Amino acid sequence: MSGGVQLENANPVVFQRSVERLLTASEEDEDVYDPIDDREIFDLIRSINDPEHPLTLEELNVVEQVRVKVHDAESTVSVEFTPTIPHCSMATLIGLSIKVKLLRSLPDRFKIDVCITPGTHASEEAVNKQLADKERVAAALENSSLLEVVNQCLSTRNI
Amino acid sequence: MKEALTLVQRISAHPDSRCWFVAWSPNGTLLASCGGDKAVRIWGLEGDSWVCKTVLLDGHQRTVRKVAWSPCGNFLASASFDATTCIWKKKNDDFESLTVLEGHENEVKCVAWAPSGNLLATCSRDKSVWVWEVDEEDEYECVTVVNSHTQDVKHVAWHPNQELLASASYDNNICIYKEEDDDWECRATLQGHTSTVWSLCFDATGQRMASCSDDRTVKIWKEFPGDLSWKCVCTLSGYHGRTVYDIAWCRLTGALATACGDDAVRVFKEEAAASPDEPVFSLAAQETKAHSQDVNCVSWNPKEAGLLASCSDSGDIAIWRFKEDE
Repeated sequence: MSGGVQLENANPVVFQRSVERLLTASEEDEDVYDPIDDREIFDLIRSINDPEHPLTLEELNVVEQVRVKVHDAESTVSVEFTPTIPHCSMATLIGLSIKVKLLRSLPDRFKIDVCITPGTHASEEAVNKQLADKERVAAALENSSLLEVVNQCLSTRNI
Repeated sequence: MKEALTLVQRISAHPDSRCWFVAWSPNGTLLASCGGDKAVRIWGLEGDSWVCKTVLLDGHQRTVRKVAWSPCGNFLASASFDATTCIWKKKNDDFESLTVLEGHENEVKCVAWAPSGNLLATCSRDKSVWVWEVDEEDEYECVTVVNSHTQDVKHVAWHPNQELLASASYDNNICIYKEEDDDWECRATLQGHTSTVWSLCFDATGQRMASCSDDRTVKIWKEFPGDLSWKCVCTLSGYHGRTVYDIAWCRLTGALATACGDDAVRVFKEEAAASPDEPVFSLAAQETKAHSQDVNCVSWNPKEAGLLASCSDSGDIAIWRFKEDE
């Protein structure tokens, strides 16, 4: 995305990545029903790449496990993400990437809500409304150039 | 609740895709569906079950968002994210593409035919509503482009017996348009919803209108004497768990059906004793797991009272019978 243009936030604060999760005995037991938990959702989104830095959303503290809420029985997932700066023009793209990652990874029964952490972005309301509008999200994902950018954010790198 | 919704049939209509919208033909014998697979499918009754009669492919390059039948039932219009609207002509049991209406800058969200069949309205994410005139030679000409909304226009609906058009938008408002000296103008802006208005429909008389929104409410609007003075006379809140994507007011029974993002189909009935200026609607029936995903559309059969079709993100169509206890 940056392609030689000036970075919006040239020197972001970099946070430590969390340690790999240890599997418990009951999780390894195929016979025990294992509901999807916050950490599993967090693991799905923490390695999404930032559109302009060679860093993950976790390293930029855009996503945090405490801002992920999953309710397996009700089939709902909500994720709040925190743009690195209040005027970040990439906020919609970041939110869309999180949404697409979860749409692709979770069973169809889940209702996925992605929004900006309250008070952390100048256009919070407008971005949230757009991310919640499934018709506009569907139309955006039929746009091949936008889809390519989203897929780049979602591609895993070896770090 | 003595009334109930019983499932007549469930059809996997647009597999691996969304089914965005369903529309009954004016005589109630055919159901058109459209979806994310870029196809329009026509369903008809064979024996006791609804089967696919025709698939209309190659009309659109992207999602087909909505379809509408002409009042005579001989034409079908399809609105697509590819920025065009296709007009299909019915020929015996098949359909052929008659013309493609171009002009919108981006996704066409809805298309609707006026009761006369001489006018067609389309709306788009480009914030505009277009009115097209149809002549005897089946030629379509755009007569007006109205830019009254400040955002994406989601839905257009014509009044049942007057040349009056209503539109619903992402800007939370509803606009009402009337022709004035060969030009269509927005004559009223209805404010009240606090988020996107996804759909709207008139009742049988056209004196009232129901709208549904991302704010999880349904509003009933009534026309009062005066120049297009519409006021909200009732708000149904607390019934819907998520966005209400569509609403259908049955012209035969007066029942109001809603399609919701919480996977439910609900039917409301008006209390007969209440004043028409302060109507009261109560929940008559609901199917909380009508579909396995969001319900996108509900549509009452125009001839068979109580027959309801719904469709979902799961790609399914469900046909329901709403039975009232007399």
